[in-house]
Amino acid sequence: MWTTIEQIFPYAIAYTIPLLITALGALFSERSGVVNIGLDGLMIVGSFIGAFVIFKMQAQWPGQSWVLWVGLLAAAAASALFSLLHAFASINLSANQIISGTAINMIAGALTIFLARNITGSGKISITNGFAPFDVPWLSKIPIIGDLFFTKTYATTWLVLLVLVLSALALYRTPFGLRLRSCGEHPHAAEAAGIKVQSMRYVGVMISGAFSGLGGAVILLTYSGEFTGNVAGLGFLALASLIFGQWKPLGILLATLFFGFATTVANVSQVIPSLAVFPPVILKIFPYVVTLVALVIFSKSSNAPKAVGEPFDSGKR
Amino acid sequence: MNNSVKSLLAVLFGLIAGALLMALTGHNPVEGYKYLIQGGLKNPERIGNTLATATPLILTGLSVAFAFRTGLFNIGAAGQMLFGGFCATAVGLSLDLPRALLLLVMVLAGFIGGALWAVVPGFLKAKYNVHEVVSTIMMNWTAYWTVYYVIPAYFKGTSLETESRQLPPDAMLHQQWLSDMFQGSYVNLGFFIAVIAVLIVAFLINKTTLGYELKAVGFNRHASEYAGIAVKRSIVLSMFISGGLAGLAGVAQYAGNASSMQIGVLPSQGFDGIAVALLGINAPLGVLVSALFFGILYSGRGFMNAMTEIPPEIADSIIAIIIYFAATSILIERLYRKLKLRRAANKKQGE
Repeated sequence: MWTTIEQIFPYAIAYTIPLLITALGALFSERSGVVNIGLDGLMIVGSFIGAFVIFKMQAQWPGQSWVLWVGLLAAAAASALFSLLHAFASINLSANQIISGTAINMIAGALTIFLARNITGSGKISITNGFAPFDVPWLSKIPIIGDLFFTKTYATTWLVLLVLVLSALALYRTPFGLRLRSCGEHPHAAEAAGIKVQSMRYVGVMISGAFSGLGGAVILLTYSGEFTGNVAGLGFLALASLIFGQWKPLGILLATLFFGFATTVANVSQVIPSLAVFPPVILKIFPYVVTLVALVIFSKSSNAPKAVGEPFDSGKR
Repeated sequence: MNNSVKSLLAVLFGLIAGALLMALTGHNPVEGYKYLIQGGLKNPERIGNTLATATPLILTGLSVAFAFRTGLFNIGAAGQMLFGGFCATAVGLSLDLPRALLLLVMVLAGFIGGALWAVVPGFLKAKYNVHEVVSTIMMNWTAYWTVYYVIPAYFKGTSLETESRQLPPDAMLHQQWLSDMFQGSYVNLGFFIAVIAVLIVAFLINKTTLGYELKAVGFNRHASEYAGIAVKRSIVLSMFISGGLAGLAGVAQYAGNASSMQIGVLPSQGFDGIAVALLGINAPLGVLVSALFFGILYSGRGFMNAMTEIPPEIADSIIAIIIYFAATSILIERLYRKLKLRRAANKKQGE
């Protein structure tokens, strides 16, 4: 049993991290009052731009690892820009945020493959190498913890965990965070206090875009290695993690870890004897059913931002 | 401004954006559109194929539009379609009945399968106020994995691991005279199911007390409750019907356009249904028209891809951009209003 856990741990973490960063971005967006169902599309854009930039640069500078970081940065920037479409529709035009988010998903899914086909013909863009897993010096020698948390880790994992801590601090310990959250709870009171609600919401959506882009690129650079035109619905799972985690950073971390482990267990169940007793279909649908149950349990005491999804109209009191 | 004018403008802008995309990637947009339309409508066979391509889109569009009208966002049409199609396929592969009866049972099974898949989110919404967007997405993946494992276990195809057995000819919606009429196209009885569904839904929404109640709940849940409408029952019922329509799309797709089910694919028509409903301003007739339009784009793109270098995903891109313009049509309305005001002001000055 122990060896099993030790074996699947790195895979589960690798699966969790892109989910975590994307859900974390959505936290900013929803806390500012804008529902972002376009996470999936924004991840796809990140994965595409990351793959494209790295593909081009690896041809120029083969074997250089700084290229990967440039790709990550480009992915975050591109998705942040792309999320402006959603921000403009839902903040300036008071459009239905769910429809606008759906449009984002559709545009991203179609346009990236269209462009990729123009570039490679097959619609897939492969990169020659991504980040290599490494053992953290010193810490990986610690018994138990070292084996689980500090062995076969990716650089991006540490980056995302750092972003998690910084995000939690920014949201709960800075004036910026207080302002952002107030726009999602009571935008009129926020406006009366002198906060520019629309600008804060723009910031929220763009952070969400940048983080989703990172998420898409992290998938590419850790376990997938190529852009294929989708991210296996992880954006939707990130949205579910946000709600499952009740719009709180720590809750999101636990929810995404749950999805990471449940999915990894289901993926490897057939090769591990102690898990093979369960029919695979049960293991596969387990995370989704648990999410449904969790939604029912949380429904009585939902911590959703009060004004999330509502267009802000300054004249309406 | 009239809603259908807004939809037409969104289409126009989408097509212009598509032309720009083709031009920017070094293709000839005029040629692209020429072959795209020819591919969809050139001869009776292609017209038939366009109708067949549009069939599941009509039904999923109807499903999403119906839920919309009753205040629900059914983003799970894909899962409902998949599960409905699976139920119909299971019936078609298991039962040995006379053709007419078998098809009837399959259609019923498809409807009920899809409906059951949507009733779960409906119930959770009515009873626990769980937002249907998240719950229907969870149901999508549940359907995906259920079908993924059940088909190879019980209905495995002879050659491929990833496909169900072929449906026997008696369990398919193909009709010889129909194929002959369209010179060998794979258009099938599914199209008539879709048209009948459009008529029934139009009647249900516009002419019955039930439809009125469902719409009232969509407009204002609390006011409806106060007026004595059983709100919770309405929500569940609305999802039941919406899911059933998506299930019918599954029947049309897997027992009409295709003859077997593949595993590991969530049908794209489920998500396209959102686009169809939105462009069709959630009206049954609008859904029919916009699904036919998308049908042309989807069925013509293969021909276009064969004749030019343009990747077939241009069709998906155009549709997606149209939806973005439809969602932001208020911008067009604002410009229009501003223009009108300015003209009125100019007139006054002139006097």
